[in-house]
Amino acid sequence: MSPLMIGIYVFVLACFIGYHVIWGVTPALHTPLMAVTNAISAIVVVGAIIVAGFSSENSTAIEIIGFFAVMMASINIFGGFVVTNRMLAMFKKKK
Amino acid sequence: MLELSADLYAAFYLLATILFVFGLKGLSSPKTALRGNASAMAGMILAVVVTLIHPSVKSYTWIIAGLGAGALIGTVLALKIQMTAMPQLVAALHSFVGLAAVLVAAGTLMIHLHEGEVSGVLLAELMIGSAIGAVTFTGSIIAFGKLQGLVGSNPVVYKGQHFINLLIGLVIIGGSVQFVMSPDLITFAWITALSLLIGVLLIIPIGGADMPVVVSMLNSYSGWAASATGFTLNNHLLIATGALVGSSGAILSYIMCRAMNRSFFSVILGGFGAEASAVATGGPAKGVKSAAAEDAAFLLENSTKVIVIPGYGMAVAQAQHALKELQAALEEKGVELKYAIHPVAGRMPGHMNVLLAEADIPYDSVFEMDEINSEFSSADVSLVIGANDVVNPDAKNDKASPLFGMPILDVYKSRQIFVIKRSMKPGYAGVDNSLFYYPNCALVFGDAKEVIEKLASALKGGGH
Repeated sequence: MSPLMIGIYVFVLACFIGYHVIWGVTPALHTPLMAVTNAISAIVVVGAIIVAGFSSENSTAIEIIGFFAVMMASINIFGGFVVTNRMLAMFKKKK
Repeated sequence: MLELSADLYAAFYLLATILFVFGLKGLSSPKTALRGNASAMAGMILAVVVTLIHPSVKSYTWIIAGLGAGALIGTVLALKIQMTAMPQLVAALHSFVGLAAVLVAAGTLMIHLHEGEVSGVLLAELMIGSAIGAVTFTGSIIAFGKLQGLVGSNPVVYKGQHFINLLIGLVIIGGSVQFVMSPDLITFAWITALSLLIGVLLIIPIGGADMPVVVSMLNSYSGWAASATGFTLNNHLLIATGALVGSSGAILSYIMCRAMNRSFFSVILGGFGAEASAVATGGPAKGVKSAAAEDAAFLLENSTKVIVIPGYGMAVAQAQHALKELQAALEEKGVELKYAIHPVAGRMPGHMNVLLAEADIPYDSVFEMDEINSEFSSADVSLVIGANDVVNPDAKNDKASPLFGMPILDVYKSRQIFVIKRSMKPGYAGVDNSLFYYPNCALVFGDAKEVIEKLASALKGGGH
C-alpha cells in the first residue's frame, strides 16, 4: 500500500470514530466542544515546528514562515484549552 | 540528540491521538468534561514534545519564539474574553488554524524545493492543504467581522454570484493541475490568493441568522485543513486529529441546520434574512395583551412549576445574573424552576448553556428542547426572555409561515405565558409571532434585565 492509501485509511476510520464520539457529546457542552476541537486542530503545530526548525543555507525565509505558523497554532492551543477550561469550570450541579 | 526510531515516533503520535479521542469523549457529561480537557491537553503536550526532539528539527530559536508569543496571546485572549463574545473568539481561532495550515504548506513546499525532491502526490496534497487553509482563514475572518459587528450582518448578494464562485473554483482546479506538473512558488501563491478570495465570497452571502451554522462549518473546515496538512507531512496524527475535528464541525452544522429547519445547501448558497428588515415593523399590534411586572410576579409566586425560555436577547441585556436572583426568590417560595434551551438559543451551538452556567445557574435545572417539550402542558407559567422565533407556534400550524417545520419549544401549551420584550419587533427571521395573540399570553414590555430585577424584588418583598 502506498503511503497515500494508508493515510486515506487512517482518515476514513478516524471520521467514523469522530462521528460516534461527537454524537455522544451532550448538547449543553457544544460550545466547549467547539473550543476544544479548535485547540486540537492546532495539531498543525507539528508541521509548523518542522518548518520553523529547518536550518540550512539561505533558509531564513522558511524559518520565518515557520515562526508565524508556530505562533498561530500556539495561540490556538493555549487560547482553545484555557477558554475550554474556563467554561467547563462554570458548569456546576445544584448544591 | 536523542534518536528515536520512526516506529517509536508513530507510537507516541498514536498515543496522542488516543488522548484526543478520550478528551472528546469526556464531554459526554459535565462531570467528566474537565478531565477530558486535561486528557486533550496531555495529548497536545506529548505531540509537541515528541516533535521537538525529531531529528529534522535543527534550530530552536524561531520555534521557541513562536510558541512563547502564541502562548502569551492565546492565554490572554482566553482569560479576557466575555462569554457572550465566545462565537467571535472561536471564529478568530479558526482563522488562525487556517492561516497556520497555509503557512505550513508554503514552508513545506519551500523545504522540498530547496532539497530538490518533489513528487506529484506531494504537490497535489500541498495545494489542497493550502487551499482549504486559505478558505478557512478568510471565511473565518468574515464570520468574525459579522459576529463582532465590524461587517454588516446582512447577506451580500449580487447577480451571478454563484456563477462567479464556480468560475473561480474552476480556475483554482485548473491552476492546481498546472502546479502539479510544473511546481513553482508563484503558481502556488496565486492559487492560494484565489482560495483566500473564495473564502470571502463564500461567507458574505450568509446572513446573521445563519451564523451558528457558519461557525460550525468553519470548525469543520479547520479540521479538514489539519488533515490535509497531515497528508502533506505523511503524519497520521494530523490526519486522524483533523478528521475528528472535521466530523465534529460537520455534525454540529447538521444539528444547527435541523434546529433551524434549513437545508445545509440553502445556508451555503446564502441570502437568507435579506428581506427581514423590510418586514420588520414597530408598535404593538392589535389583540396583544400587555402585563405589568407586578402582575407577572403575582402569578409566578402562586405557581408550582415555572419554565424559563432564554434567548440571545437575554444575554444581550446581560439579564442572566438577575435571572439567578429570580430563581433563588422563587425557590425560596417552593416554586420549581426549569430552563428550556432551544438548540439555536445562542449564537453558536450550546452558547446559552455556557451563559447560564456563567451566571451560576446549576446545569441540572437546564434542559434541552427534546427533554422538556413534554413538560410545558404541566407548567403554570412559561417566561420567555429575549426569545422569539423558537417559540412561534406558526412553525407547527401555519404552512404559509417561513418558519413552518422548524422544531419549537411548545411554550403555548402552558397555562400562562409571559414574554419579556423590548418592542413588537419580529425575531431574526422577520416573522410575526402568533404566540403573542394567544389568550394565555401576555407581554411584559421593557428591558429584560430591569423586568427580571423587578420580578425578583417583588417576590422578595412579598408585597402581595
